[in-house]
Amino acid sequence: MTDLLTPVLTKNWGDEKSWTLRAYEKSGGYDALRKALTMTPDEVTGVVKDSGLRGRGGAGFPTGMKWSFVPKDNPNPKYLVVNGDESEPGTCKDIPLMLASPHTLVEGVIISSYAIGVHTAFIYIRGEVLHVVRRMQQAVAEAREAGYLGTNILDSGFDLEIVVHAGAGAYICGEETALLDSLEGLRGQPRLRPPFPAVAGLYASPTVINNVESIASVPSIIARGKDWFGSMGTEKSKGFTIYSLSGHVANPGQFEAPLGITLRELLELAGGVREGHELKFFTPGGSSTPILTAEHLDLPLDYEGMAGAGSMLGTKALQIFDETTSVVRTTLRWVEFYKHESCGKCTPCREGTWWLVQLLRDFEAGTAREGDIETMLDLCDNIGGRSFCALADGAVACVTSAVKYFRSEFEAGYRTPAWELLPYELSARFSVPATTGAHV
Amino acid sequence: MSGQPVGASAASSSHRGERGHEFESYFPESGSVDMSDPSTDIDETTYAELRELASRYPQPRSALLPMLHLVQSVDGRVSPKGIEACAEVLGITTAQVSGVATFYTMYKRRPAGTHHVGVCTTALCAVMGGDVLLETASRHLGIGVDETTPDGRISLERIECNAACDFAPVMMVNWEFMDDMTPEKAVALLDDLRDGNEVRSTRGATLTSWREAERVLAGFPDGRADEGPSAGPQSLLGLQIAKDKGWAAPGDEKPTGDGVVGRVAHRIADAVREVAGVGGDHEAQPASGSSSDAQAHAPATAETPQGKAPSKPRRRTTKPGEGTAK
Repeated sequence: MTDLLTPVLTKNWGDEKSWTLRAYEKSGGYDALRKALTMTPDEVTGVVKDSGLRGRGGAGFPTGMKWSFVPKDNPNPKYLVVNGDESEPGTCKDIPLMLASPHTLVEGVIISSYAIGVHTAFIYIRGEVLHVVRRMQQAVAEAREAGYLGTNILDSGFDLEIVVHAGAGAYICGEETALLDSLEGLRGQPRLRPPFPAVAGLYASPTVINNVESIASVPSIIARGKDWFGSMGTEKSKGFTIYSLSGHVANPGQFEAPLGITLRELLELAGGVREGHELKFFTPGGSSTPILTAEHLDLPLDYEGMAGAGSMLGTKALQIFDETTSVVRTTLRWVEFYKHESCGKCTPCREGTWWLVQLLRDFEAGTAREGDIETMLDLCDNIGGRSFCALADGAVACVTSAVKYFRSEFEAGYRTPAWELLPYELSARFSVPATTGAHV
Repeated sequence: MSGQPVGASAASSSHRGERGHEFESYFPESGSVDMSDPSTDIDETTYAELRELASRYPQPRSALLPMLHLVQSVDGRVSPKGIEACAEVLGITTAQVSGVATFYTMYKRRPAGTHHVGVCTTALCAVMGGDVLLETASRHLGIGVDETTPDGRISLERIECNAACDFAPVMMVNWEFMDDMTPEKAVALLDDLRDGNEVRSTRGATLTSWREAERVLAGFPDGRADEGPSAGPQSLLGLQIAKDKGWAAPGDEKPTGDGVVGRVAHRIADAVREVAGVGGDHEAQPASGSSSDAQAHAPATAETPQGKAPSKPRRRTTKPGEGTAK
């Protein structure tokens, strides 16, 4: 039985100047790279494949398998693109990882590139996190200086350059094909698949796109083996991962644990729901994963456990909302987010999210009409699954799950404004001073 | 007026029965680049830097996003000349460049302030108090969202989720983190920005300016990566609990727990101290010392700019999540 928390990725976050090469090497950094370079690329891929590592960016696709889809006979250069466009509401794990230990990611990129046969890799970071960009830029420069990047890395004959690339504010660029368009200097809009990026990705060349946490997990897997990795987690969801607790919890923060920990256990570590309050609903992995309630507290937070409850593990971003929170207001804000971030390419998403916002504003204002719940669900049916990418699915998941568990609150929206039903100032983290005009 | 609280989406309820979007732009916040103001500071140096950015990628056009960041750092907005320069360097049309510039929210078509301030009002931050923060900031500055103060010092934006949810509600200045905000802290922050006082990000560097930030995002480092803490207290919480409980990954040496459980406030205070003590070279960078402190965004008046060693970081007096409305 493993311990409840198992710091691996987060282990060095509190170290002195943890972001520097010197500190990272002091904690054993780049030893995994040395080991990987003694193996063949196929052996490295094999270990990652056999470890059972699944993508930590939301979809949970097996990482090693993704690598093995890259055709070996394609004459074009191959590319690795790290998706650091962390923007899914509630998700806040990759940003602190890159801030505290950028070299973990750099080492992961080098090992992964070696395995896939990549000589140019990109780290695409959302633009809104200046200090993270600074730390990554510096880490890549340090690694290059130390001979971990460039030509003939550690006398292995392997060459690699990493480009740190800042985005410019677009949630959709976290979608892997939109990210590729963005990285090609275009508007970030998703591509129709197939062809999949492994065959025709960046510059129509074979491309692997992995989440920051997935790639950062690679060095420890190489250093300590698939069995060690598999000794944590559950049967189909192996290894450790970072869970992020936010919202109405006594002590929000990052918790690195084996996959399969329950929210009840995590909440206990976080001091519980804020004092004097109780859990109303939560997202297991960001706003695109259907919300769950207190009845799901004891489910394992792994890929299967969440799918079994009709939701998704997603990014393990557990946003906790207590009984003071208006579901209608929260749903409206999420859908406003999706409307704002819809790239506009697919009509159901572009138009549908606009109409959803209109309906939800009426529910919030207490001016919805009888039957608007059915209209809204019907609209959701015409958005989800009818667009190129999963943004549309995420936009309706929060609506349908909110209606599923809290229908009466939407029905109240036929008569009563949400802010009268559940006064908003009670949800705030601070006392809302009367002078701010929270209630005019 | 009704009891509609701030942040409740005002656009809707007033025109009940007028659903339809004939009169509303789908992207009201977008629009074309402002061609009426041709002023520019783009010169040969800028061109050289634009060409350098283009050379960093296997295909030059990949540099367009960084190039537009650079244009903003020079002209304070995406200027007509900047569009032309990008098009010229990449050998594409100005329409192609404009198409990209108008897609991404970080590109500003009107001049942003010296300091660009954002308040997160996506669901979780809104619920935790982000709406009140935005209202407070807007009222205190006397400007609305997407506007700049008449003196040009501060512009205000409603931002979407900034990946700092465990620090909610959050703000940002020049894309630096401003964590664990309250209306009081927001007012103090805005006053400091307006008065030109030194301000530190809670998990970042001493604030420079929006233009300087844009230059870093373009790919020209400013040498400030070593400022600030490795992580915020929330980021270290799980690690700290594992240490206290003696938990570790299989095969790792078990930390010797101190047996104290359930006193998370103290643990966080320890984490703050730990981080504060390693925040950088105190002699060279006085600002970096205690920047993980919950108060770190507050004016740095307690420390002189000349490098007085930071005083012992203040112990957090409230637990995260405390101080909520009854």
